[in-house]
Amino acid sequence: MSKIKLAHYWGAGCGGCDVALLDIDEKILGVAEIADIVFWPIAVDGKVKDVEAMPDKSITCTLFNGAVRNSENEHMAKLLRQKSAIVVSFGSCACYGGIPGLGNLTNRKEILELVYTKLPTSDNVERVFPQAETHTKDGDLELPVLYDTVMTLDQVIDVDYYMPGCPPTTNLINEFLGIVTAHVKEGAPLPPKGAMIASQKTLCDECKRKKAVKKIDRIYMPHEIAIDPDKCMLEQGIICLGSSTRAGCGAKCLEGNQPCRGCMGPTAEVLDQGGSMLSALASVYRVEDNEALLSEDNIATLMAQVKDPMGTFYCYTLPKSIIKRKVKEKKQVKKEV
Amino acid sequence: MSSQQMAQAEPKPAEAGQFEPRILVFCCNWCSYAGADLAGVSRLQMPTNFRVIRTMCSARVDPEFVLRAFASGADGVLVLGCHPADCHYIGGNYRTRRRIALLRVLLEQYGFNPDRLKLEWVSASEGQKFQKTIKEFDAMIRDIGVNPINEE
Repeated sequence: MSKIKLAHYWGAGCGGCDVALLDIDEKILGVAEIADIVFWPIAVDGKVKDVEAMPDKSITCTLFNGAVRNSENEHMAKLLRQKSAIVVSFGSCACYGGIPGLGNLTNRKEILELVYTKLPTSDNVERVFPQAETHTKDGDLELPVLYDTVMTLDQVIDVDYYMPGCPPTTNLINEFLGIVTAHVKEGAPLPPKGAMIASQKTLCDECKRKKAVKKIDRIYMPHEIAIDPDKCMLEQGIICLGSSTRAGCGAKCLEGNQPCRGCMGPTAEVLDQGGSMLSALASVYRVEDNEALLSEDNIATLMAQVKDPMGTFYCYTLPKSIIKRKVKEKKQVKKEV
Repeated sequence: MSSQQMAQAEPKPAEAGQFEPRILVFCCNWCSYAGADLAGVSRLQMPTNFRVIRTMCSARVDPEFVLRAFASGADGVLVLGCHPADCHYIGGNYRTRRRIALLRVLLEQYGFNPDRLKLEWVSASEGQKFQKTIKEFDAMIRDIGVNPINEE
């Protein structure tokens, strides 16, 4: 049996996905048994020029984690696509934009301005900003160009499989490696293109907490109340994104008595995870007998308990949402004082 | 509306350089759609730059529908339902008003003027209120201007 070739690359991510692959304990030996790691910057020495020298489609499988938000991410994504037979969008950032995706609430100019001049620790009176090219007497230096908009991997290249999670949990990685191993050793068929290596149901299906269809009167932050570990989070007034999030992670956060934050992204039937959660949350609020007498302002005050709908509902999926990024109205809204 | 009326209701193409808002109106089957119908058969005059989508209840209007409308270039979205205590499904409109309130906050975080999304109660007998709502909303959207997504 000849070994397959495996690559693992990171775009705009934190490195957690790379560590997640190592986190499968002794099963990593099984990976070494079936695969040669040809490129994995965080773990083995390898140069981009080595990848460039490889024949097209010669890498059997590339796991790409991280979003695409600068010219280097984009170049590497395209290069690895060209050199790989299979590309897996690995982790929430690659699949949905992830936490870096919240960068879509601002833009390149504002980010650079803040980071290089306005932070308490920045001392940059000359207003020096990173440049794509710098000419020095010893030669020219290059830096990647930061983009205005954070993109998901499949907005830049063709992706074969998706494995969401922040990071993908050990059971999902094992499931995928099992599929690949069976394919390599026994010739078992691979899943259809575009398959999501996760469950097809919502997280509530995996969550063991008791649901009593109880309505809520107000929202609590997790630190404000003693959380009952057996009852549904949402029914205790804590915003839990489980009802609009794909299952597959084993509801580990809920086992740890913390609400789901939605890193597995929307389910197959939903385009917009945030919209779906917004709808669900609005529906668990109790309706009192005097409801008909309430004005729209009363309701707006009630719903203002949700302090940051964007950051709560789109924590991991903004670049993959319907609107995708912040827009700018020509006519600025006058704020009431 | 009959198909003939629908054809007549097609908005006129905007004159060059003039902003003609595109407005999407969700009407619930039991109250607001009948209200719109009444406005039509009563020959009440109103702008014709809106399109109506009938849903069984205003609570059927998933936030996703509204977001998709804006992403596809609608300049304004109007959600019309039965008056409080009048919902055919008892409490659908109470869910709607909570969703719309939250959705308006979200739209503002997206950078939209939240007034692009409006919720109003129109009963089956309120043809005139339908006319007034459309007129006022159209005027407001004209004032707010083009959906920023269309400008990019």
